[in-house]
Amino acid sequence: MTSIALNEGAQRRGIDLSWPTFALLTVVLSILVILPLFWLIYYSFRSDAGGGATLDNFAALVTDPALVRAYALAIGMALGVGALACLVATPMAWLVARTDLPGRRHIRMLVTASFVTPPFLGAIAYEIIAAPNSGIVNIIYRYVFGLEPGAYLVNIYTFTGLVFAIACFTFPYVFTLVANALDRVPADLEDASSILGGRALTTLRKVTIPMVLPAILAGTLIAVLQALTMFGSPAILALPAGFHVITTKIWSLFQFPPRLGLAAASALPLLVITMLLLRAQKSILGRRGYTVLGGKSGTPRLTSLGPWKWAAMAFVYGVLCLTIFFPYAALIKTAFTVTVGDPINFDTLTLRHWNFVLFDFSATRMALYNTILLGFLTATVVTAIALVVSYLAIRKTIPGAKYLGFLATAPVAIPGIVLGVGLFLSYANPTFQLYGTLWILLIAFMTIELPAGYQQMSSAFAGVHPELEEAGRILGASRLRTLWEITAPLLRTSVVASWCFVFVGTIRELSATILLTTANTKLVSVIIYDLNESGDLGAICVLGILLLVASFAVVFAANRVPVLGGAQMNARG
Amino acid sequence: MWNRPITAALLAVGMMASSSAMAEAPAPYQVTPELEAAAKAEGKVVFYTATDVTVAEKLAELFKTKYPEITVQVERAGSERVFQRIGQEYSTGIYNADVIETSDAVHFAYFKREGWLEPMVPQEVADKWPADERDPDGNFAAYRAHLSVIAYRSDLLPDAEAPKTWEDLLDPRFKGKMVKAHPGYSGTVMTATFALTSLLGWDYFEKLGTQDVMQVQSSTEPPKKLAQGERVLEVDGNEYNVFRLQDEGVPIKIVYPEAGTPLAVGNAAVLAHAPNPNAAKLFYSFLFSLEAQQLNSDFGGLRSFHPDVKEKEGRLPISQIKLLHSDPAQLEPEILTIKSNYEKYFGT
Repeated sequence: MTSIALNEGAQRRGIDLSWPTFALLTVVLSILVILPLFWLIYYSFRSDAGGGATLDNFAALVTDPALVRAYALAIGMALGVGALACLVATPMAWLVARTDLPGRRHIRMLVTASFVTPPFLGAIAYEIIAAPNSGIVNIIYRYVFGLEPGAYLVNIYTFTGLVFAIACFTFPYVFTLVANALDRVPADLEDASSILGGRALTTLRKVTIPMVLPAILAGTLIAVLQALTMFGSPAILALPAGFHVITTKIWSLFQFPPRLGLAAASALPLLVITMLLLRAQKSILGRRGYTVLGGKSGTPRLTSLGPWKWAAMAFVYGVLCLTIFFPYAALIKTAFTVTVGDPINFDTLTLRHWNFVLFDFSATRMALYNTILLGFLTATVVTAIALVVSYLAIRKTIPGAKYLGFLATAPVAIPGIVLGVGLFLSYANPTFQLYGTLWILLIAFMTIELPAGYQQMSSAFAGVHPELEEAGRILGASRLRTLWEITAPLLRTSVVASWCFVFVGTIRELSATILLTTANTKLVSVIIYDLNESGDLGAICVLGILLLVASFAVVFAANRVPVLGGAQMNARG
Repeated sequence: MWNRPITAALLAVGMMASSSAMAEAPAPYQVTPELEAAAKAEGKVVFYTATDVTVAEKLAELFKTKYPEITVQVERAGSERVFQRIGQEYSTGIYNADVIETSDAVHFAYFKREGWLEPMVPQEVADKWPADERDPDGNFAAYRAHLSVIAYRSDLLPDAEAPKTWEDLLDPRFKGKMVKAHPGYSGTVMTATFALTSLLGWDYFEKLGTQDVMQVQSSTEPPKKLAQGERVLEVDGNEYNVFRLQDEGVPIKIVYPEAGTPLAVGNAAVLAHAPNPNAAKLFYSFLFSLEAQQLNSDFGGLRSFHPDVKEKEGRLPISQIKLLHSDPAQLEPEILTIKSNYEKYFGT
């Protein structure tokens, strides 16, 4: 024992790297977050014409009708998306979490898997389905009713069409949060209501819904935020409809000669709105405490749907069709037919788009390679940083560690396109010649994904009791060694999950990417966007399918790697 | 005030003098075995282009059959985005591109002024190209030309009902049926918009803006929207994309109004800081070879300034079309006005 004790003292002095790690992380995170914001603010006060200090850029925000209109439309769009996502996701989450709906486990899995769909790909799928003339739905509509060419049922190139297409791919946020919250509603409270004579609907209205209301609101806020800062879908659907939202407007300010000052100034209100929304979300979620007060006091009771089962099935499968089955079917159909409007038969079936993408199109291989590489790097680095930061912050090992947590969460307030502008201003200058390399993209993705990784890791940490780590420390291991050998293995599933989450997030990113890629740093998302501008839908669908297959394969593999405890955990779980 | 004309005259004389002094293009070069060897050693050429991606890739393929050792990296985007990208890159000291090509002649005046181009004249250009289709200083030459045309789906719109003039497009019966590319994105459309505003005035566009026109970005896209059946009529768009779709059997017809059709000239040049200078020189000379130009015409439907290129049958020879030329020197100061007016009338 004595020898161990002595040993411990020696090791502790030599190897405890908490302080250096803390200092290093503080510096890295500060650079990641603060530098782009600094340049953004600096440029917003800089005149595009002469370069002197000016307030003209901010004046333009109020006086330029094009900018004001773009902001108004973006806010309207985001609110519409939030409302629609909430209206669809909440009942669906209840049906899946709390009723005897057939196949609900699979439905839940499908909705979670649909996170992988990049929204811009979804928007393109909806171009194929619901363009007023060539859209499949409208072709069928005209055929069935024998209508004139030009008549249409739905038009995706409209404001409502845009709201719909974005809501289709943001409702999983609301769904997941609400379904998880419903899982945690203690059954005894509901039982109490029924015992006191409350009927099913009364219980739902007076007990269940109030308890998950914070989750509903929080999910809706996330959907609003996602829509507000989204670039891909508006660029694909709003421009043909003849309007700008703020993200596409900012992007258009980068057309040469770039108006950087105005772009920076236009980005700042987006940052402010985002921060306000996040504060709102925090204050709502902050009161969530009472929902878990009862803990898991009883298995949630499942409501029997009885005769309503069929209506519920129709609703749920209808939503799944609109958000998953139809878009994917459209992508696959387009990938294998000559032009979008063609019916499917032996004359129109073709592999020409595959041939073009795989063999003729020189950008494909590089873009796939870059995308997967950056996905791997970002996911690994972010998970590692998030692991260490949450350890330091949650275990409060060092005074001030919670500020590290704050820094890691801060980028959530920076919309992708704003970060793109900020990073371009920070790193595309003679001092840091990172523009044109993969590094600038890695920095961008790390900054964007860090909050998500940190959120996941810190909540996972909160669930591991410190006594196991203390045991390791008592036996003489350094803090980092304890983290590596005891805590990390215990957190395997969370680590793998957050790795996958970050990986998928990286692959679907377009809004910061679009400003930061160059010829040698193409990503799949960007070539899809480029091809969309020249109208090559077949090639896009092929690339989209490749991208989705690649991401599913990586996510699948990551969950199966034995070193990461994949097989074990699955056996246990 | 009286001395202003004199100053202007002096300036003009001075500029002429300086330009005639500068107008010593480097001596034409031929493809020598040494150049080929040096190019092969570099093994790669990066081509920034605004030509339709399938055409550009086809051209790269042809080059690869001649020089399998050299890969061609084709970077295709709309002219204005190519311009935006090269501007971002050169102003931050990033030199990725070897050879550049866009359909907006203003860009090349700008590149030349900034000193971003490496003057060189392939023998073929010196021998065959008309003098006004190449830079007197040898910085760039007209690699291709195409028209921005009105076209319609002949199966969905009977010939008798098709528009004949620019004004016909304002007819209410075409409301909601048209598609159009964007001048902020497409050099062809920027050139065409300038030519048409000079011919018809902005109030023409103001009226066109009320016709519920579907707005796309690149001028390669409207013909594709016609092929998809998304719209029946295009206000503008590349003639060469229409030719290519016609070759594939899509029923599309072009309208050449009597008042004229806008012409866009696509220049090509080698960049001053080309990372693969020899491969760039070789590829640049290849671009103007009869072989490449004939491929552009046959497969790509592009118009060529090479006198020996034979136009496919069934295409109206360019000599029989009234062309609307735009002078890049006059267009350049108008670009911001065009963009903001356009946003006013069309929303984006």
